[in-house]
Amino acid sequence: MVIYGVGLLAGCMLVGLVTGDVLGTLLGIDANLGGVGIAMLLLILVTGILKQRGHLPESTEQGITFWNAMYIPIVVAMAASQNVAAAFSGGLVALLAGALAMALGLLLVPVLTGHRREPLPSGDASTTSPAPGRTH
Amino acid sequence: MNDSIMTVFDKYHLIAAFAVIGLTMFLAHWVSKRFTRGRLHGSAIAILVGLALAWVGGVMTGGKHGLADVTLFSGLGLMGGGMLRDLAIIATAYGVRFQEIKQAGVRGVIALFAGVLISFVAGAVVAVSFGYTSAVDITTIAAGAVTYIVGPVTGATLGASSEVIALSIAAGLVKSILTMIFTPLTAKWIGLDNPRSAMIFGGLIGTTSGVAAGLAATDARLVPYGAMTATFYTGLGILLAPTVLFLAVRALV
Repeated sequence: MVIYGVGLLAGCMLVGLVTGDVLGTLLGIDANLGGVGIAMLLLILVTGILKQRGHLPESTEQGITFWNAMYIPIVVAMAASQNVAAAFSGGLVALLAGALAMALGLLLVPVLTGHRREPLPSGDASTTSPAPGRTH
Repeated sequence: MNDSIMTVFDKYHLIAAFAVIGLTMFLAHWVSKRFTRGRLHGSAIAILVGLALAWVGGVMTGGKHGLADVTLFSGLGLMGGGMLRDLAIIATAYGVRFQEIKQAGVRGVIALFAGVLISFVAGAVVAVSFGYTSAVDITTIAAGAVTYIVGPVTGATLGASSEVIALSIAAGLVKSILTMIFTPLTAKWIGLDNPRSAMIFGGLIGTTSGVAAGLAATDARLVPYGAMTATFYTGLGILLAPTVLFLAVRALV
């Protein structure tokens, strides 16, 4: 059932957030330390085990993949409900931070690649593009 | 009739938000295909439209929640709020397989960590040079330079202001859009013509929409290799930015 997937997702989220909260309290910081990240790891782990044992039918999967696909639309809604008008005056920070991050990333590509080269397989790769819900 | 529209939109605000965002997504993808031939990813255009709408809403109402302050669109605050956003972000981890990262090899993993780290440091340096002094603000803007998801998630967990969170989204968006534009232009120069460098590129830049669109404009066959490592980037950023990196920033300022 679809709700099993949604329930599993919700369960992972709650466990992750509680763990993050406890971590924050332990370290004396008034914030949730990595709760979302912990929940992501938990979801990968739990669904991996369930799938291996054949306990993850397609209908259950749909409960998770629906929210996966809703991710960019939700991000758009989030962007639309931020205090952009106030941020506008400081927009140069965003421009420079984003540009510098991109430039440094591109510059490091040849450094990390080294000299070894692998040939590129022929054929069209458009069929193996990432799922639309995973664009971030 | 106007009254009826107002009443329904106000009463069913979340449903209205779904409709508004659905329309925005449709228009953004249409513009992407029609005017940029897919070079600028539809989702990046949609987020840009979202930020523009938030600006309009803010100027119209003088409020702090962008378009969500306009009664007609109050559902946007719920749809884009922390609860549903975190649920959807966690859902994106579904289907990630750690075996994939093994294929990328040690250099792929190094690229991932280096990519998150240099983007974060770049963002932090810019934030500090613009006079931001609180660890929460610096971390949030720096996390935005990682991706436009890591920024708001980090900002929300650390309790940053909406203004700083908006900046962090904008920083990530600038990075994503510039990646789409500059990847094909610099591809030859940085040796972006084989699977190995594509995987390293994906790990270093990480913003999936930017990586996918940039590689597609360079050579479509490179897309899956770049996407393979980029998939892990946001997850790694969400794990590191509000924790280790925030603690590091807090220790430094």
